[in-house]
Amino acid sequence: MLSRVAERVYWMSRYMERAENTARLINVNTNLLLDLPLGSKVSWLTLLEITGCEITEETRNKVATAQEQATMKLLISDRNCFGSIFNCLRNARENARTSREIIPAECWEIINDLYLYAKDNASKLTARAARRAFLQHIIATSQQLSGLLAGTMSHTEAYEFIRLGRNLERADMSTRIVDAGALNLMQNKQLDELSESDDNPFNNILWMSVLQSLSAYQMYRQHVFQKVNGEQVVNFLLQNTLFPRAVSSCLNTIKESLAHLPHNDEPLHTIAALQRKIDQISVATLLEEQTLHDFIDELQLDIAGLHQCITLTWFLPQLSSEE
Amino acid sequence: MKIDWKNYQPGEFYDELISSPGYARKPARQLVSYLKSMSLEDLKSRQDAADLAIKTMGITFTVYSDGENIDREWPFDIIPRIIAESEWKKTELGLQQRLIALNCFINDVYNDQKIFKDKVIPKEILAKSKNFRKQCVGVTPPLGVWAHICGTDLIRDKDGQFYVLEDNLRVPSGVSYMLENRGITKRVFPELFEDYSIQPVSEYPSQLFDTLAAISPRPLDYPEVVVLTPGIYNSAYFEHSYLAQRMGAELVEGGDLLVDDDDCVYMRTINGLSRVDVIYRRIDDWFMDPEAFNPDSMLGVPGLMRAWLKGNVALANAPGSGVADDKVVYTFVPDMIKYYLGEEAIIPNVPSFLCMDKKQCDHVIANLDKLVVKPANESGGYGMLMGPQASKKERAAFAKLIKADPRNYMAQPLISLSTSPILSDKDVEPRHLDLRPFVLQGRNLSVTPGGLTRVALVKGSYVVNSSQGGGSKDTWIVKDY
Repeated sequence: MLSRVAERVYWMSRYMERAENTARLINVNTNLLLDLPLGSKVSWLTLLEITGCEITEETRNKVATAQEQATMKLLISDRNCFGSIFNCLRNARENARTSREIIPAECWEIINDLYLYAKDNASKLTARAARRAFLQHIIATSQQLSGLLAGTMSHTEAYEFIRLGRNLERADMSTRIVDAGALNLMQNKQLDELSESDDNPFNNILWMSVLQSLSAYQMYRQHVFQKVNGEQVVNFLLQNTLFPRAVSSCLNTIKESLAHLPHNDEPLHTIAALQRKIDQISVATLLEEQTLHDFIDELQLDIAGLHQCITLTWFLPQLSSEE
Repeated sequence: MKIDWKNYQPGEFYDELISSPGYARKPARQLVSYLKSMSLEDLKSRQDAADLAIKTMGITFTVYSDGENIDREWPFDIIPRIIAESEWKKTELGLQQRLIALNCFINDVYNDQKIFKDKVIPKEILAKSKNFRKQCVGVTPPLGVWAHICGTDLIRDKDGQFYVLEDNLRVPSGVSYMLENRGITKRVFPELFEDYSIQPVSEYPSQLFDTLAAISPRPLDYPEVVVLTPGIYNSAYFEHSYLAQRMGAELVEGGDLLVDDDDCVYMRTINGLSRVDVIYRRIDDWFMDPEAFNPDSMLGVPGLMRAWLKGNVALANAPGSGVADDKVVYTFVPDMIKYYLGEEAIIPNVPSFLCMDKKQCDHVIANLDKLVVKPANESGGYGMLMGPQASKKERAAFAKLIKADPRNYMAQPLISLSTSPILSDKDVEPRHLDLRPFVLQGRNLSVTPGGLTRVALVKGSYVVNSSQGGGSKDTWIVKDY
């Protein structure tokens, strides 16, 4: 398989997953907003920070005046915001278009169709109901694509690169979504202090919507018999090995894919170190010492390091055998 | 509202489907009566379905305009063009005959040059040939074939006879659209396929693969065949990708390949370097290898020519094939057929005047208002004079150009291209069209059943190029006996 093509399908898959996860992330905050008592804050700016959107003074002003609308525009349709859903889909399509000879034709059609859908609709989403339908469509189509790939594409190296891209992006985004929950919690510290009991309603609602955004609520309930609480949720989303959007589970899948590829020593090494790191943490301590956010930052750097390692191993043009 | 075929008036032109107002040609009868049974609104909704399918399937071509590359949807008219199988059989033989003779000619040009020694064709045509490559002299590629893939443009005059307009031997394109057009017709008119026995076109990619595999320098069961594209900004990128996909071949860009010290070609893969046997290159000679040709080319692969000359890699079409893709050489193809094969040309050329001949040149200059004058080595309609439509001043200017360089020009009478109905806003209307069948020569010869029909969408226009407002039609070869 050509290095260039491997890189393109890897990115195609990352961008699709990113579009899906951004849609999920928006849902966390929107749901949260609906459930909260009037007067509590949902941090729109935090949402932008989490997606890696560049925040200029202008953005800051816009978000300050028209909070929800401005943030949504940036995250969904803005052509200058690198991580907007529209841009992700455009990049996914561009990468798919240039690797059509590798991926099943129906998959290309799905991606192309979704891009055209976003192009036609992304800028008309002022009403929350329309937005919800739009985001739902993005999430469902991305899932449909994964299913179609699993069901119609031979499990060749190309398929492994697609899986690699998807799970690396997913691991990264799941850490960001956990982070979003934690940050929102800190922002509403005052609210937290109003009720000192364990049954703090805000706390509950917040973690529930984090779970829901990852379609994880039901699985969480099956797995964790206690009621929803921060420690258990973070634990589940970081360390569970059976829920496919939990970070540990994504890392396991990545490891499987890496094992199918040639010259994989270095990447396997990197992933093993990352897995050890996650296994060894105690979520209770992180929450107690309020170092969860820092730990997640570190985790994201490690994931970026893994990406770098994949790039060096397979994507960079290898020089002539002599050199 | 129904279509009234009595209002459909092709006038003096030969129409592909309708013989006289209200009467369909024999092979088109079922189609026309089927269309009669539908309302115009119905037809329009089928056209919309086709347009939507094209959009979703991402069937595009790239145009360069306003400093930007724009991906446009492929323009397609849903009413197919129908040709009787009995007629097509003869045309098919004519196309094969032509490609065999052209390949004999190219091989002769780079080796013994007998055809010039026997004075069948004047040797001076080589002196000014833009596509003669001196690097190829003395080479005989595998099977003696240079042009493995040829797109021959056919047109029909008022008399209903097919004529060859030109042979595209460099990097002919359009075959992917021919294949996709059939797919779309199947989506929008599935009922029609019940009434007709239509020759399928879907064999082409495997025939192309076999043609390419046959010239591999290594005797392997599975030679590594790749498609070399100039990249995603090329107007035919869609096709490059499509053919690679259908052949199960890698689609490579110049940067993916390298020629190592052993003069073999390798591609960069996730496993390291991997040897390449056959390259279906969709890059012009001139940009293929900066070492041998244009040193500024960023698209090619340095050393490719070296590897080819050593016989370590096969290139299709072979470099230098373009020497026969020249409007002046074209005029001699019937002579080549007689010389190499001892046969008469089955499909005639459009009558042509050669400006390198003093007498013919005088005739051309005296009759510029009636003729179409073409330069020898341009394609896509560039640098032409359409005499009947040109102003007096333009004609005078062109006469000067011809006199300055007679070898570079030839002239033909304006052919009245045949028409076929297209679905317009209000009705069905006649539009002019041509046909590009694709011919393959490797160990075997094959011709696509039909080919790509390109149709001018503007009333009265003869311009069928998709970049200039042309569209396309599915082309059916149907059993008529």
